[in-house]
Amino acid sequence: MKNKTSCLPQEAGARPSRCPDNSAFKQQRLPAWKPQLTIATVLSSFFLTGAFCLSVGICLILSANSIREFQINYSDKCSECSKLRENTSNWNKECHCSVNFTLKEDMLGDVFMYYGLQNFYQNHRRYVISRSDAQLLGQNVNIEKSYCAPFTTYQNGTPMAPCGAIANSMFNDTIDLFYNLNSSVVQVPLLKTGNSWWTDKNVKFRNPKSDNLSSAFAGTARPPYWQKPVYLLDEEDERNNGYVNDDFIIWMRVSAFATFRNLYRRVERVKQFVNGLPAGNYTFHISYNFPVTKFKGRKHVILSTVVWSGGSNPFLGIAYVVTGTAATLMGFVITAIHLKLRKKKTYFQK
Amino acid sequence: MSQGTAGGEGAPQVLPEGKERQRKRRRRKKKESKTRLVHSNLLLPEAEADKSKRTVLASNRLKTTKYTALSFLPKNLFEQFHRLANVYFVFIALLNFVPAVNAFQPELALAPVLFILAVTAIKDLWEDYSRYRSDKEINHMECLVYSRNEKKYISRYWKEVEVGDFVQLRCNEIIPADILLLSSSDPDGLCHIETANLDGETNLKQRQVVRRFLELDSEFDPLKFTSVIECEKPNNDLSRFRGHIVHGRGKKDVLFKENLLLRGCTIRNTEEVAGIVIYAGHETKAFLNNNGPRYKRSKLERQMNADVLWCVLILLIMCLFSAIGHGLWVWQYGEKKKPIFDVPGPDGKYLSPVLASVYLFLTAIIVFQVLIPISLYVSIEIVKICQVYFIHQDKDLYDEETDSQLQCRALNITEDLGQVQFIFSDKTGTLTENKMVFRRCTVSGIEYSHDDNAKRLAMYQEPDSEEEEAAPKGGTLSHRDSICSHQSIKVIHRSQSTKTHRRTGSRAEAKRASILSKHTAFSSPMEKDITPDPRLLEKVNECAKHLEVMRSHEQPLSHLSPELCDIFDFFIALTICNTVVVTAPNQPRQKVRDRFELKSPVKTIEDFIRRFTPSRLTSGSNSSSSSSLATSKSMHRFGLSLLSSTSTDSTLLKLEEKLAYSAQMNNNGYSSQQGRAAVGSGPEEGELRYEAESPDEAALVYAARAYNCSLVGRLSDQVSVELPHLGTLSFEVLHTLGFDSVRKRMSVVVRHPLTDEINVYTKGADSVVMDLLLPCSSDDPRGKHQKKIQSKTQNYLNLYAVDGLRTLCIAKRVLSKDEYACWLKSHLEAESSIENREELLFQSALRIEKNLHLLGATGIEDRLQDGVPETIANLRKAGLQIWVLTGDKQETAVNIAYACKLLDHDEEIITLNAESPETCAVLLEQCLQCVESKFSNNTIDEATGNMTVGFTPLYPPSSSVLSSLGLVIDGRTLAYALEPTLEDKFLALAKRCRSVLCCRSTPLQKSMVVKLVRDKLKAMTLAIGDGANDVSMIQVADVGVGISGQEGMQAVMASDFAIPRFRHLEKLLLVHGHWCYSRLANMVLYFFYKNAMFMALLFWYQFYCGFSGSSMIDQWYLIFFNLLFSSLPQLITGVLDKDVPAEMLIAVPQLYRSGQNMEEYQPHMFWMNMIDAMYQSLVCFFIPYFTYYDSEVDVFSWGTPITTIALFTIILHLAIETKTWTFLHWSSCIFSIILFFFVALVYNASCPACHPPSNPYWTMERLMGDPMFYFTCIISPVVALLPRFLYRTLQGTLFPTQLQLGRQLSKLPPEIRSNLLTKLNVKETARQAQPFADSFSPSLSSNASDCCKASNQSTPLPTSPQIRESLFQEHTKAEHRTDQPVAASPQGAVLPGESKLPSSARSLERSLGFHDVRHGTSETEPLPVGATFPWSSAVDQVDFSLLKWITSTPLFSRLGTALQVSSSSLQNETQDSMCVLGSSLQVDFKGLKEQSSNNLQDKMKGTQADHCKSDNFETTFL
Repeated sequence: MKNKTSCLPQEAGARPSRCPDNSAFKQQRLPAWKPQLTIATVLSSFFLTGAFCLSVGICLILSANSIREFQINYSDKCSECSKLRENTSNWNKECHCSVNFTLKEDMLGDVFMYYGLQNFYQNHRRYVISRSDAQLLGQNVNIEKSYCAPFTTYQNGTPMAPCGAIANSMFNDTIDLFYNLNSSVVQVPLLKTGNSWWTDKNVKFRNPKSDNLSSAFAGTARPPYWQKPVYLLDEEDERNNGYVNDDFIIWMRVSAFATFRNLYRRVERVKQFVNGLPAGNYTFHISYNFPVTKFKGRKHVILSTVVWSGGSNPFLGIAYVVTGTAATLMGFVITAIHLKLRKKKTYFQK
Repeated sequence: MSQGTAGGEGAPQVLPEGKERQRKRRRRKKKESKTRLVHSNLLLPEAEADKSKRTVLASNRLKTTKYTALSFLPKNLFEQFHRLANVYFVFIALLNFVPAVNAFQPELALAPVLFILAVTAIKDLWEDYSRYRSDKEINHMECLVYSRNEKKYISRYWKEVEVGDFVQLRCNEIIPADILLLSSSDPDGLCHIETANLDGETNLKQRQVVRRFLELDSEFDPLKFTSVIECEKPNNDLSRFRGHIVHGRGKKDVLFKENLLLRGCTIRNTEEVAGIVIYAGHETKAFLNNNGPRYKRSKLERQMNADVLWCVLILLIMCLFSAIGHGLWVWQYGEKKKPIFDVPGPDGKYLSPVLASVYLFLTAIIVFQVLIPISLYVSIEIVKICQVYFIHQDKDLYDEETDSQLQCRALNITEDLGQVQFIFSDKTGTLTENKMVFRRCTVSGIEYSHDDNAKRLAMYQEPDSEEEEAAPKGGTLSHRDSICSHQSIKVIHRSQSTKTHRRTGSRAEAKRASILSKHTAFSSPMEKDITPDPRLLEKVNECAKHLEVMRSHEQPLSHLSPELCDIFDFFIALTICNTVVVTAPNQPRQKVRDRFELKSPVKTIEDFIRRFTPSRLTSGSNSSSSSSLATSKSMHRFGLSLLSSTSTDSTLLKLEEKLAYSAQMNNNGYSSQQGRAAVGSGPEEGELRYEAESPDEAALVYAARAYNCSLVGRLSDQVSVELPHLGTLSFEVLHTLGFDSVRKRMSVVVRHPLTDEINVYTKGADSVVMDLLLPCSSDDPRGKHQKKIQSKTQNYLNLYAVDGLRTLCIAKRVLSKDEYACWLKSHLEAESSIENREELLFQSALRIEKNLHLLGATGIEDRLQDGVPETIANLRKAGLQIWVLTGDKQETAVNIAYACKLLDHDEEIITLNAESPETCAVLLEQCLQCVESKFSNNTIDEATGNMTVGFTPLYPPSSSVLSSLGLVIDGRTLAYALEPTLEDKFLALAKRCRSVLCCRSTPLQKSMVVKLVRDKLKAMTLAIGDGANDVSMIQVADVGVGISGQEGMQAVMASDFAIPRFRHLEKLLLVHGHWCYSRLANMVLYFFYKNAMFMALLFWYQFYCGFSGSSMIDQWYLIFFNLLFSSLPQLITGVLDKDVPAEMLIAVPQLYRSGQNMEEYQPHMFWMNMIDAMYQSLVCFFIPYFTYYDSEVDVFSWGTPITTIALFTIILHLAIETKTWTFLHWSSCIFSIILFFFVALVYNASCPACHPPSNPYWTMERLMGDPMFYFTCIISPVVALLPRFLYRTLQGTLFPTQLQLGRQLSKLPPEIRSNLLTKLNVKETARQAQPFADSFSPSLSSNASDCCKASNQSTPLPTSPQIRESLFQEHTKAEHRTDQPVAASPQGAVLPGESKLPSSARSLERSLGFHDVRHGTSETEPLPVGATFPWSSAVDQVDFSLLKWITSTPLFSRLGTALQVSSSSLQNETQDSMCVLGSSLQVDFKGLKEQSSNNLQDKMKGTQADHCKSDNFETTFL
């Protein structure tokens, strides 16, 4: 293009010319980095990605492999109880069930006990929203206006505490673990607090302010599926009762998938369990309350250790390894193409 | 769903409220009456009774604002809901308020819609405010209004002026309203106005005081004005004003447009005028004429809207799928076994599966709404505004000479600039300067070549620009500066803000008030100073002398020899047969002269009889002329004694001296030197300026002045001409029959002061004037002579046309009194008739313009603008087909076409001139056949050429060269060819011609041609023109470009873009067009990708939540993701990304084809993007899914990483697509990510129960402490983008597009690059580009055979003659010949997927008679390879030095392969060149070589002749 249109400098006092400013921005000449996919950058990016992914993947797999996990489907093992619970009219009949199992290896370190549910759609849209955060904060709110419907009030007007479908469907099995040591049975000490997020326990959930818990919940009723009111969730520990009950809090954190596990207890590391669970025979004593067969659900109880990288799922490690391998392979392919195309030094052009 | 309409309608409606209001009012008033009555406002308060009526009339207050403080909200919302997309989104937001289906917190769901509405509202508000401010500024301008109380004119604001007020205006003031002129300081009651603000015409126009007020003896006194004016309702017709004024005693006077001063014009040359306001404010004609900017829908936008509809379809399918899925999910649990997590409705009852799925369908629409990008339209609008801003700011599109820059008047078709396929150009003023220079003339059959003049013009050619700059700088330029600067600011500002253009005029007018203008249109010395031809000058002097002698001896004029007589009449005609106004620019004209007692034009028959009775004629010369002659005679005696008193010889001598002198004095104003200096004439004479409506007129008047025959004054009834020896002659103008494009001529009827005869002087296009000549019998010698003159003149005319001059014929007719009386009667009838007055006047003109006597002809040169040939060449290289549509005659047009390289001398020209539709049909048929046979047989069939069809003998095609074709068609034939029956054939023919030239075309035809191409070929058309005759074409074309040149603003007003010069088109299209297109195309595609990808995440989740419509992404992220987190980077990229640097786009115009072929946004790309989006969303969904499978993760702890991953992926995807990274790109990407984390952290920490139903409290904080979060966030984008990255890498290497190659080229060191470029360009020019934009042929579905033929035809073209020769000598060379067309075929490049390529190759072979093996070879050619290198078509393989270069660049490596195949010696050369250049580009070369050669190899092994060559292959690869 001819440079004919270069603007003359403006004379002093002359009227401003319409000539546009010669600034880099206005003339679209801002200094710019034009990425060039040279052979060096392309190959190094592929190989570096590959190397990085492989190393991370291997680390993740190793750490995932160090996890010891034990899982029992007790809805099958306790089939009688399952059948009993199928009929809702038996809701107040108790059903107990024992499941024996053997740990072949020690489970060292912190051992966590989970209950797992399958096919329980906690992520159903209307289920997820069916709660009142304000009520759970101990505020005296009119839950009629919340998303709790239809689990808000009974027909006589008594509000439910806590309201909503999530609370109503709370998991209410109790599981105890016994260690059969040389024919003597030792109950494994389990911690039922400290399992939930600190913020949940201390910020998000609070009991209504009152002298004692039962008076705080006076004028409210338990949700229809519950066997006991909310202020009797943990009669032993005042700080684990009412809305701030750990089991309740954990249940209220709705799971992302229909198959999920929730932390139930932690093994308290005392006496012979200082290093975790030793190998041996164990028994779960389960008070079976939660019906699952109706929706073809399964219930599990899971014992697991944890590592820094999280749970027992090896997927992420595998994904890294696969990606790393793929990237490296691509790098080789590109190198091959490059070498085939030209032996001389050059850049791999975009 | 018509998302489509939304784009256009979304832009604010620019019809200002004032106009609407007015329309209502007009409607209301229509019931009352059809006319408007205007009374003087000074007529006492009795008018109180009429008060109610008067308030109805608009005051002069300007109000273009659309809103008031109160009405803003409802009105703006109402307007915004015209856009369908807004309605849709509001509907979805409202759906959230229905409890059964709601997905989000209803209030929150409203937020994005409200945000979008608010952004638009704020923009509208801001625009409205700036309108308000400028209104205020104009409303507070001051003018003098007569006050009844003070009995004098006092200063008032414009806004206070009302209809019926009396306004006094001074020179150079701007007229505040439409005013009926009642008094003028001019003794003739004239007033000149400059209408530049209205129509851009810079010449002055005359206005006249209403007749009766002119006759007033005393000064005009408003208080005595009691008349009532009855006139039309306000209308927008600038050229019409009808009404009458009723005086006290019931007398009526008719009012014409000559009596009306229009608002916005400027008073010139007149000291003081006064008048009564007729229309004020919004009812003024200037205002009614202003339309807002135009809204067009661009091609890209149309395509995008189609894809939006696809998105809607996808959305509906997904919703339907989810609904059915949910129904099934509910159904599987049966009636009785309702699971505990299936929450019943608020009434405690469960929904039936069917009802549940119906509800879910609605919920899904809400959840998946993201797929329809809510911000798409707003973003596009923002991006386009920024693009327009940058186009405005481009310094290269600024013209220093006129201090004007590009104006974008249409804001939403910037990307269309990048896709233009056809350019339709006007010639005059567009390709040429429209600076008319008198070049030569012929009088009475004798040619005066004006060689000196030619030399003089040649002298201007070079230092042209400097001189032009230097000369007018003092006055003109600075003045223009001042005017334009304001305008420009406003214009930019306005167009950026989609603001109305209504008051461009009044804006500028406001600023202009204080400026004393010296502006005239024709000021360059080049146009003014004509060097006379000595022979002619001598004759003129001789003639004048004779006349003088004759008059002093009272001899009749007939004694003069016919030639001299003709010469005399010729110059008189040049001088008076026009509408040129004489001005002395510095001061208002002071006219001191005797009044002509007779009023003209003749108004009644009685008048005529009175004026033309024999008694008057016999009384000698009439008083006025004699008196004027007497005075001038005496003056002459001094000055011209020099010439007149001496003998002829001495005169000659003196003349020669004078000429020599004048040659030196050229630039100082030769004509003022002539004689006049000696006279010491009036001070103003030297500064006389001529202002004409068309530049040719001025050129002729200046030419006449060079021969001392100068126009010194023009009044409505009289023209004064100063002649040598004779002094000032005053011609009484009886009638002026103005120019019109149908008659193509104009005439004046005058009374000759010397003979007292009534003469008609006609000046017009030679084609019409020659037909009107008096048929002369060949019997009498005089007639014979006349005939000879005519034929001679015709010859000269043809010669002029060949020289590219504009020709005009000058003729005269002497009317007898009876003839005149007879004609006058009918003419007066015509004038006074009310119905079809124009038609009658036209007929009347035809009656008098006949039996003419030919005087001579003139040739006027119109010079080409700077850089036109280069621009045309470059645009053509860019694949644009350029048609020139001109009103000029064929020869002129053809010559200009040669001059600007539109036609080439070795090109064959098909000329179509048909007399009737039948012949036209036959001609077209013949041409088509001829062309086809020519190209298929490779021979020239002389037999088909007959009398009318034939290849111009001037440029005989050499038998070995297959040159391209040019088509020249004249207006009449064009009219036939545009008939529905023939248009297809015409198009088929025109399509295969490299250039098309339509001459003698009317404005309507121009637009019809554009329409034809636009509709039939479905091509993107651009029309460029500068004059009113181009307006229709500009409006019809997809992109209208106006040249803001000399010929008024109509074209600019109608255009979408206005550029100062034709050459600016190059950068506008090649650079800005390309950028805008590629940016917007990429942005739109990215938008679709982004939304689809994000939405698909939610869709996959439905499979895991029982299709319940739940979303793992928190509603806040969901709603603001598009708006806040991911919008900025794409906007920045959409505005600033440059795929190829500007200098490369200019240097390699071929890159423009990517836009024409829609390479950036092809229909399949939408689906490719969709598939990529699906893949990426699958990755982004399932990696976190499997990672967290069967864990205690909760919904939001799982959804937040997904959001984060999606954000990373989307931004990194953009990063891969971004070609240039400025700090703005960096910061926008980083800002987006930081913003997301910031918002997430703040939102998650804000309060535990504030955002029901979601409760993501402390989620982000906790996630950020979790290593899994980081691991997931790293791996997912990597996996998601790896395929795309790999594709980009490989594709850029193996099958680079032209754009990528261009980008590469720009990376090379400058010296190598320039080397390559010059060679490429040499190539291109040698080849003279492709003949047609083949890209359109696929779209012409109607005749597929045509396409085939077209491609058939195209293939031989790249072949240079040398190749052809060598072809038959060297068998091996045949090899590369077959390859070459494959590579060369633009279709291959355009549509790799189509079967075009093989077919073209095959047809080529058929035509060239190659054997079958080659055939197979080229057919199995891998398409992308062939497609990659259309440039290589340019290559001339014979040049070995070039070969080195060719083979060393990737661009031509494909070709290089073929070459290597052909001979080993060549290969050595190639290897050398590789070493020499060491070019890194070779990698491509080799890769491609391998690819293609593998194919070649397979095929060739079959042929025994090629065995040796396959050995060559082996060596080549290693």
